[in-house]
Amino acid sequence: MSANTIDKPTAVRRRPRSESSQTGGRSELKVALVFIAPALIGFLAFFVYPTIRGFYFSLTQYNLLGTPKFIGFDNFVKISKDPLFWNAMGVTIEYVLLNIGFQTVIALLLASLMQRLTQSTLLRGALLLPWLISNVIAAMLWFWLLDYQIGLANVAMEWIGLPKVAFFANEFWAIPTMAFVNVWRHMGYTALLIYAGMQTIPKYVYEAASIDGSSEWNSFWRMTMPLLRPVLAMILVITVTGSFQIFDTVAVTTRGGPVNVTRVMQYYIYQKAFGEGQFGYGSALAVVLFAILAILAAVQLRMLRAGESDLG
Amino acid sequence: MTTIEDRALANAEQRQRRRRLTPGRIGAWVAMIAFLALSIFPFLWMIRTAFSTTRSLPSDPTSLLPVDFTWGAFQRVLGLGTQAQAIAEGGSGASVNFWRYLLNSVIYAGAVTVGQVFFCSLAAYAFARLRWPGRNAVFGLFLGALLVPPIFTSLPNFILIKNLGLLNSLPGMILPSFLMAPFAIFFLRQFFLGINREIEEAASIDGAGPWRVFFRIILPMSTAPITTLAILTFIGTWNDYFWPLLVGNTENTKVLTVALGVFRSQTPAGSPDWAGLMAATLVTALPVLILFFAFARKIIDSIGYSGSK
Repeated sequence: MSANTIDKPTAVRRRPRSESSQTGGRSELKVALVFIAPALIGFLAFFVYPTIRGFYFSLTQYNLLGTPKFIGFDNFVKISKDPLFWNAMGVTIEYVLLNIGFQTVIALLLASLMQRLTQSTLLRGALLLPWLISNVIAAMLWFWLLDYQIGLANVAMEWIGLPKVAFFANEFWAIPTMAFVNVWRHMGYTALLIYAGMQTIPKYVYEAASIDGSSEWNSFWRMTMPLLRPVLAMILVITVTGSFQIFDTVAVTTRGGPVNVTRVMQYYIYQKAFGEGQFGYGSALAVVLFAILAILAAVQLRMLRAGESDLG
Repeated sequence: MTTIEDRALANAEQRQRRRRLTPGRIGAWVAMIAFLALSIFPFLWMIRTAFSTTRSLPSDPTSLLPVDFTWGAFQRVLGLGTQAQAIAEGGSGASVNFWRYLLNSVIYAGAVTVGQVFFCSLAAYAFARLRWPGRNAVFGLFLGALLVPPIFTSLPNFILIKNLGLLNSLPGMILPSFLMAPFAIFFLRQFFLGINREIEEAASIDGAGPWRVFFRIILPMSTAPITTLAILTFIGTWNDYFWPLLVGNTENTKVLTVALGVFRSQTPAGSPDWAGLMAATLVTALPVLILFFAFARKIIDSIGYSGSK
C-alpha cells in the first residue's frame, strides 16, 4: 500500500548507508548496551549463573540450611549405586518412549489428514484446544475421566464387558496412562508443527510423482517423510527434551506411586532436593539429566541429519 | 506470503478434490472426526460435571447432561455458597481462597508477560539492527540458554531467590522470567530483521535517534508479532506449575495451578468432590480459552513459525 511512497526516496537516500559502511560504519555499542542491558542482566543472573552454580552444587553436600560442603564426585558415585535413580531412569525412559512414539505417529497421521482434507482454521483450533490448558488441568480432567468408580472410561468399559482398570493406581497402567494424557495434550500441537513443515514441500514434487503413477502411500514414504526430515528432527529434539522433564502430571495425580512406578526423574530430583533436603544430591541428579538430554539431542540431530535437506 | 493467485488455485484444486468422495477420503474423514471428538469431548465432560451435583454423579455416570443441575460447584469454588450447602452437595466444606489465587495468577502471568515482551523487544532490536562488535556471538550465547533444561536452572535459581529474601513472594516468582527469555528474543529479532530498513534510515536522517526509531517506528510496526508473543507468553506462564510450586507455595502466593493440585488432595477420604474439581479447572482454564477464541488465528499461525526455529 505504501510501497510507492517508500520506494521513491530510496534512490536518494541509499547513499548515506553505503558511505557509512565503506568507512566501517560507526559502532552503536553504547546504545546497544543500553538496549540489551535488561535482557543481559536476566541472562547472566538467571541462566548463566545458575548453570555454573548447578554444576558446583552437584559436587557438594548441601541441606539448604548450612553452607554447601565440597565433596568432589561422591554424589555421582552414590547415584550410580542408587536403585531409586535407576528405577527413575527406567520409568522415565518407558514414559518417553510411549509418549513420543504414539505422539509422533498420531501427529504425522493428523498432519497428513489435515493436508489432504481441509485447511480449516476452526478444525485446527479445535485440535489445539488440549494444548492450551495446563498440564495440571489436563491431568485433573483425565483423573476424573479415568476414575475407577464412576469415571466415564471405566463405566464404558464395563458396559462393553471389559474389566475395570484403576488407570492411575495400577502398577502396569500408571505410566502408559500418563503417556496417554500427554499425547492427548500435545497431539494437535505437534500435528500443526508437522503440518507447517509439510507446507514447505513444493507442490511440483507431488505433481511429478502422481504423473509417474506413484500411489499416495508411496508418495508419503518416498517423498513426504524424507523431505520432512529436518523439521521432524527439530520437533523430535524439542518434544523428547520436554518429555524427559515430565513432572506436573505425576505431581498432581500419583506423586510417584503406586510403589515407585511413576517416580520419574524430575519428580525424584524434586523429592531429593526439596522433600529430603539433599540439595547437592538433587543437583547431581539434575546434571545427569542435563547430560542425557544434551547427548540425546546431539545424537538425534546427527542421525536425522537435521541440517541438510534432500531438496536440491 | 502466498499470492492471491496461489490461493485461488489451491481453492479450485480443493473444490475439485472435494467432489470425488472416494472410500479413502471417507475413511480419512472418519479418522479426523474421531481425533476431533477426542480433543473436544473431555472439555464437554468437564462442563457437564461442573454443573452436576457431586452426590448425584454416581447415580447416572454416563448422562451427557449435568446430573441434578446446580451452580453449587461454582459457588463452592468462588466461595459464594454456605458451608452447609457445600457439604450437602458433596463438597468438603473447606474454604478455598479462590479469588486470592486468581489474583496471584493474573499478577504472575501478567507481570512476566509485560516485562519479558518489553525487555526482549529492546534486546531483539539491538540484535537485529544496531551495529556493534560481538553482536552475533552474544546472540548465539543467548540462544544457547534454550539448551539448558529448566529443571537444571530451577534448583540454583531457587537458592538465588531464597538468598535474595524473595522466597514465597510474587516478585520472587516473577523475577527469573521478567527480564529475558531466549525464545522471545529470537522470535522478535526474526521479525525486526524483516522490517524495511529504508524507513528507519529515513527517520534517522530526519534526526531521530535509536530510541525514537524504536518507539515511534519499530514498535508501532510490530504490534502483530508482539501481540502474538505476548499471548503465547501469557498462556505459557498462566499454565506454569513447577516454578510457582517451588517458590510460591504459600496461601498468599499460590497461583491457580498450584492451588488446583491442593484442591484435589483437600477432599476428604472417600469420593472426591468431582463437580467442585471440574468447576475449578474450568474457571482456571477460562482466561486462556477466552484469549484463544479472541486470537485463534494469530496463535494457530504462529505455531508453524515457532516450530521451524
